[in-house]
Amino acid sequence: MSSFKQKLLNAPYAFWSFVFVAIPLLMVVYYTFTDKGGAFTFENLKILLDKKYISVFAYSIWYAFLATVICLVIAYPLSYIISKMKSVFQDTLMVLIMLPMWINLLIVTFSWKEILSNNGIINSLFEAIGIGKVEMLGTSFAVVLGMVYCFLPFMILPILSSMQKLDKSLIEASEDLGATKINVIKRVIVPLTLPGVISGITMVFVPSISTFYISQKLGNGMIILIGDLIERQFSVSANYNVGAAISLVMMILILISVAVMNRFADDNDKGGA
Amino acid sequence: MKKIISIILSAVIAFSLTACGSTSNSNSDYEANYKNKLKNTELNVFNWGEYIAEGEDGGMNVIKEFEKVTGIKVNYNTFDSNESMYAKLNSGTAYDILIPSDYMIERLINEKKLQKLDFSKLTNYKYISDDYKNLYFDKKNEYSVPYNVGMVGLIYDKTKVNPAPDSWSVMWDKKYKGQILTFNNSRDAFAIAQFLLGIDINSTNKKDWDKAAKKLKEQNPLLQARVMDEVFGKMESGEATIAPYYAGDYYTMLDTNENLGFVYPKEGTNIFVDSICIPKNAQNVDAAHLFINFLLEPKVALENAEYLCYASPNTAVVSNDEYSFKDDEILYPSKDKKPKTEYYHDIDSKTRDYFEKLWEEVILN
Amino acid sequence: MKILGKIFMVLSFIFLYAPLIVMVVFSFNSTRSTSVMKGLSFEWYKNLFANEQIMNALSNTLTLAILSSVIAVVLGTVATVGLYYLKNKLLKRSLNALTNIPMMNPDIVTGFSMMLLFTFIAGIIGAKSALGFHTMLIAHITFSLPYVILNIKPSLDSTDIFLQDAARDLGCNRLQAFFKVILPSIRSGIISGFIMAFTLSLDDFVITYFTAGTDFQTLPLYIYSMKRGIKPNIYALYSIIFISVLVLLFLSNYFKSKSIKQKKKEILL
Repeated sequence: MSSFKQKLLNAPYAFWSFVFVAIPLLMVVYYTFTDKGGAFTFENLKILLDKKYISVFAYSIWYAFLATVICLVIAYPLSYIISKMKSVFQDTLMVLIMLPMWINLLIVTFSWKEILSNNGIINSLFEAIGIGKVEMLGTSFAVVLGMVYCFLPFMILPILSSMQKLDKSLIEASEDLGATKINVIKRVIVPLTLPGVISGITMVFVPSISTFYISQKLGNGMIILIGDLIERQFSVSANYNVGAAISLVMMILILISVAVMNRFADDNDKGGA
Repeated sequence: MKKIISIILSAVIAFSLTACGSTSNSNSDYEANYKNKLKNTELNVFNWGEYIAEGEDGGMNVIKEFEKVTGIKVNYNTFDSNESMYAKLNSGTAYDILIPSDYMIERLINEKKLQKLDFSKLTNYKYISDDYKNLYFDKKNEYSVPYNVGMVGLIYDKTKVNPAPDSWSVMWDKKYKGQILTFNNSRDAFAIAQFLLGIDINSTNKKDWDKAAKKLKEQNPLLQARVMDEVFGKMESGEATIAPYYAGDYYTMLDTNENLGFVYPKEGTNIFVDSICIPKNAQNVDAAHLFINFLLEPKVALENAEYLCYASPNTAVVSNDEYSFKDDEILYPSKDKKPKTEYYHDIDSKTRDYFEKLWEEVILN
Repeated sequence: MKILGKIFMVLSFIFLYAPLIVMVVFSFNSTRSTSVMKGLSFEWYKNLFANEQIMNALSNTLTLAILSSVIAVVLGTVATVGLYYLKNKLLKRSLNALTNIPMMNPDIVTGFSMMLLFTFIAGIIGAKSALGFHTMLIAHITFSLPYVILNIKPSLDSTDIFLQDAARDLGCNRLQAFFKVILPSIRSGIISGFIMAFTLSLDDFVITYFTAGTDFQTLPLYIYSMKRGIKPNIYALYSIIFISVLVLLFLSNYFKSKSIKQKKKEILL
């Protein structure tokens, strides 16, 4: 194909993604390093060095990390169990895992809020059996639970699909060669499903660290995460410059976290081979 | 397969749209004044959440009624604090009608973001009580028309709070740890601490704000939640026992939870007037005036006053014998029972930035 | 071990379905409460269909989803074919990188950064209103484009390139060859791309929140604006969606497995 036609074919998309993907990111950088009048400044980044912001960043990373680990701990064995079932059941269960994703996050988060509230189902149950009420809303427990719930399917689906693609004969072969069950899992199944795990981790970690609705609803206004900070700059303070600075920091934090995880996975891969 | 869902959904919508062709009774006394004047134009309204009669329990749905009478399409949007309204306005969204509170109107006027109203078009302005004219934020009555008046008070659970509180200090009482709510917005939360400490709520002295912030930080471990409209659910279900909120909303909560009591604390409290304005960049100024006039119609204003349970600045409402809050002690306290009140004023941006910074320290603590 | 596994699975599914069961149950509540069940009624279902604001938001959501996914599919198909033939390595790599950004970036950054661009542009040209339907549409197209491309690319990669040459040998011009050979072979990719774009748009709250104007409220925005809490009528709407998706997914699964069995039989015969 002539290079002119090539360009013609690519022009609309190249234009679109340049204007609406690349330039907005440049705008984030631009706003980060300017003040309200448009003059160059480091001020927006400097105020983020304050102790209170650093603790928000630290907590957000910690909660997102916890949510990711819990999702992994639930999703991995669950996928393993499902992948061992007959294919008819597998399809049905897959449907059942995907189904909750169809209900908007705002709805399910609100529903959790009602379940966890002081007069909610769980606390009524606790009272009935004599434990007494346990304050759950407004605690880190509620927020992490919300994250785990909302993003769990994103961990299950990639892991499950990588388990389904596993070559059964490989497992049989290693069992024939005398490998114990644990060894089979450690040496064969885990390394081969690692790509699924990695994409699951990213798909849970990124939305968890950036959420603001979950922390707003389940945190009772007492738990504030990076996402809330950005949303506040947009909706309350109307300070886009600081909002941009926080966004930039969050993107960098995510890049670092993902790079660390990939590195870890690489090492593991080599170890397993 | 998922396409089928959308087809079903759209069929459902089509059905529902034909099903709800309203047949409510018409021929009201005011209808002729509004008929088909600006048919098929659009009006963008920006108001507080749940701050207009919605026609539940057989009442009037004010927006729907306005649309029906005028043929104007209303795009109705809501905000939950003056600050978020201001932020949205600054993000360049254009509205035709705004209903912010006093101090925010002062700021908007100072920043030249509002336009002067054409009072020759507001034939119903005559109903506005003289008490709510020439207020400090719009001394010459050029930019705003009062919509609602309210005061902040303490709402508490009578069965759990003993003795009945008369002071803001109950919000710092360790006995009620984990049951106390407060405002999730800086100005209202600060004001409570300021009243308690006897500091001017409109102070421009940084030290005053520091003191109030320190007081608020002391309160942090006692709080169950910082709320705005979430307060309804929490007080109605008895989940929380002490909350500061607006007098009118107390009656809404009382409908569901009859154990609730209300008091204006002795240290004084904030009084506010929410007024209707037209921003400078409004796109449909004529329809905006029509809408303001419509809200002032005695019948419409009465519907709003009954639904919202706030004090009305409309004399036609207050003197109406059918009005269920006529001479109500909380909404319209008699002279000798009037609490000490103070309006918020717009504070210079430097002090504002300062107390917003303090507020972040309080909530991130 | 097996029993432990079963218990674990059942518990996981109880966890996944707990809020949905609460939603369905409370949609039948006779009062406004979403925490105390007072009695059974269909009141909120009736209320739902009579509620103009919700119906309006629903039709807005569908309009935006259909429009944005159609545009994204057209743009995405051209883009995928273009990328496929693109020989300039540097350009190809940078375009691919740009495609990945909206998928990797958190929604809040995508939304916030686009809002910055829109307000910046509006400031320059002195527009009265920076945000509106057009900005939401642009945002929705932008975040669904990568998924469209991702869905079409594999089916294009597996298309036999020589088929097109053969078609040309048989007298087709390039355009005819595209429509007769390439398009049919990537049809399934286009359809699944469309479905994905459509559902993403239906469900999106965060990016919409940052780019929304005044005159167009989608369902998630409406729900977010209900600060006093969600009313059972919204539960009712999502219960309807939930039940219909459930039925459809199982029906399609049933027919799929039936047709597989049919095929197996045919082969055996």
